[in-house]
Parts: sequence; structure tokens; C-alpha cells
Amino acid sequence: MTTTAGEAPPEADRALQADFDTKVAAKQRIEPRDWMPEGYRKSLVRQIAQHAHSEIIGMQPEGDWIASAPSLRRKAILLAKVQDEAGHGLYLYAAAETLGVDRAELTERLIDGRQKYSSIFNYPSLTYADVGVIGWLVDGAAICNQVPLCRTSFGPYARAMVRICKEESFHQRQGYELLMRMMEGTRSQRRTVQEAVDRWWWPSLMMFGPPDADSPNTQQSLEWGIKIDTNDALRRKFVDMTVPQADKLGVTLPDPELVWNEDSGQYDFGEPDWNEFKQVVSGNGPCNAERVARRRAAHEEGAWVREAATAYANKHRNTQEVAV
Amino acid sequence: MSADDKPGPVRPEWPLYEVFVRGKRGLNHVHVGSLHAPDEQMALHNARNLYTRRNEGVSIWVVRAEDITASSPDEKDPFFEPSGDKVYRHPTFYPVPEDVPHI
Repeated sequence: MTTTAGEAPPEADRALQADFDTKVAAKQRIEPRDWMPEGYRKSLVRQIAQHAHSEIIGMQPEGDWIASAPSLRRKAILLAKVQDEAGHGLYLYAAAETLGVDRAELTERLIDGRQKYSSIFNYPSLTYADVGVIGWLVDGAAICNQVPLCRTSFGPYARAMVRICKEESFHQRQGYELLMRMMEGTRSQRRTVQEAVDRWWWPSLMMFGPPDADSPNTQQSLEWGIKIDTNDALRRKFVDMTVPQADKLGVTLPDPELVWNEDSGQYDFGEPDWNEFKQVVSGNGPCNAERVARRRAAHEEGAWVREAATAYANKHRNTQEVAV
Repeated sequence: MSADDKPGPVRPEWPLYEVFVRGKRGLNHVHVGSLHAPDEQMALHNARNLYTRRNEGVSIWVVRAEDITASSPDEKDPFFEPSGDKVYRHPTFYPVPEDVPHI
């Protein structure tokens, strides 16, 4: 496990720090029982926990539609996707636990509002087209964020990201396919898709976090290899990937400043409303209270299941011991 | 993941299990991650749901994390030194003329 800095004499500490720096610079992975600076451990716990919480809270906007899916096929797909999000949350909690924190404690911090999750999940999913757009844009943005994290310096986090990225690809494609199907439908169905795109486009761009100039921790995170690209670089990459997909789908992206820039070979695009972002991050988005209340209810109302399973396991263990 | 010196949970929690999956017949079981469960049987079921939703495996092992004994984390540790200077354990240590077939 982590060696805390205070216990070692200063020269030994410097040697450990140098060894850590060499490993990170050589793009080697740091494993849970290696020495690591306390700041690195804390940043990772915060980042991985926030990521895990996002997966778990992220089950809600789409989970809302499971009972109202338009066909058995779509329902099976949506169930599988939401189950994946639960799985992703668990991979990440497991990665966080290798840093010496406890999953139950992280859950407490989430439902007490002491830890955050991605701002995107504080928006409502109003129609079934929203399910498609979440898959296409929200999971698309998540993939953009996550693929580089497969190379992050902390071994368990990187390995969790590899598993997650493999599964996210299904999420994005099912969303895009759903939208393609709806775009073959009536004028009203096409309008429903366009309106969902209009709702989710800007929040999707905000998923990459504040502009680099307002992201004070980025430099340190880049040096530690727990962040691979800056927020703005990833946002730009996402826009470049998504515009041709929107064209093919036959929808417009709600940004009048979005235009191909011949010189840079990339798209120019407008600035998201960062005031809205700040509001949503600080708890004032359309669904913040509802999302956390629902997570709290699931946790508290599920306590008897956890207790019953423990009681069953204990009873079973005792019976076995008597039989021996 | 770390087996021996993890700080205890802040409240009674289900124990931690490490999960190993055999991808297909003929391969070794490989460590894929960990999970909490109240007992071995439920750990196996949880592992099935968590780590093999897409035919990733044909066999699963679960092991209580606290039952694993691990070597020191530092790979430069003297623990591994005995194998470092025994180059004669590798086939490339022995020069053989190129025109000797099948060797």
C-alpha cells in the first residue's frame, strides 16, 4: 500500500520520489503498493471516485426509459447498456479501493454531496430520442475522454479504462443506430431527434471540463500522467469527430459559429455557456437534487438486501463449521 | 488488489475478493479485478455478472484478497536478483552455427 511520506527520513523520501518520477517519466505504470506522493494518491482518489459516481448516476437518465422502451428489442438493448454503466462504476470503485479508500465511504460522500459526478447527468431525458442522443453524444464524449486514460500512469485505473472503452463502443453505436432509424421516420420523429440534439450538444461539450485557462490542476495532472490531454484539446477532437456524424445523420448542431477552418484543418466552434456549467456543477442544474435523492434512496432502501446477504453468508458458514 | 496491508474498512463491509478469469480453454486464469461479496458463492455470481457479460471467460476463480501473500512491490527488489545473472538459462546464451537445422 501507499507509504505515507511522514514516516520516512527526508533522504529516503527523496529517493522514493525520484524513483516515482523516473517511472512516470518512462511511462511505466504505478501499482497500488508502490510508493507514491500523497498528492498523487489524493488526486487519483478524487478523479476515479468522480468517474465512478458518474457511471452510477449516469444509469438514471436512461434508466428512466427502460419501462417505456418502444419495443422489446430497444428494451433489451437499454437494459444491457444500463447494466454496463453499473459494471463500469464497480470497476472504478475497485480501482479506487486499491488506493486505500473504502467503497462504502465513497458512496457516503456522493450522497452527502461531498463528491461530484459529471455535470451531464443533471439534464433530463425528455424523449426516447434523448436515449439515442445520450448514446451518440454523451458516450461519444466519454469515449474521447476515456481512450487516452487507458494509458494513464496508475495501473488499476488504466486497466479499468481498457475494459470500459471496449464496452462504450456498443453504447455509442446503439445510440447512433437508434437515431438513424428515427430519422427514417415521420417529420415529427425527425423533429424529436433534432430537438434532443439541440438539448444535449452544449452540455456534451461541457463534459470536457472548463477551458484550460480555468483548469488550475491540469498541469500537475499532466505531469503525473493521470491526465493525458487538456480539456480544450479533447473538446476540439470531439467536435471534429462528431460534425461528419451529424451531417450523415441529417441533423444540425446548434452552434452558428461552427465552421470548417481550412487553415487549421479543424472546425471552429462557439464557446459553451460556462455560467450554466458552473451552476450545474455547484448543484443548481435541472436534476441535481433528484439524481442524488434517488441514489440515496436506492442505497438506504437496499440496506436490508446487503444485511440479509451477510446474515445468510454467516448462517451458511456456521452450519458448515458444525458439520465438520 | 494489494492483499496484505490494506487499511480496514470504516464499517463492517463485505470482504474483498480478487477475480481471475480463464478466457478460453487452454489459457491460464488471469487476474481481472476485484469485488465485494458476502461469501464465496455470491462472489462467483457477482464476478460472472461483472467480468463476463460478453463471453470473456469459461471459468472463474475468486480468492479472498486477505488470503493472498504477495512479494515486495519493488521489481528491483533482491527477491528477483537470483535470476538476473543466470543468462545461461536462456537459449540465446548458446551460439550454434546458422546452418544447423531445427535447433
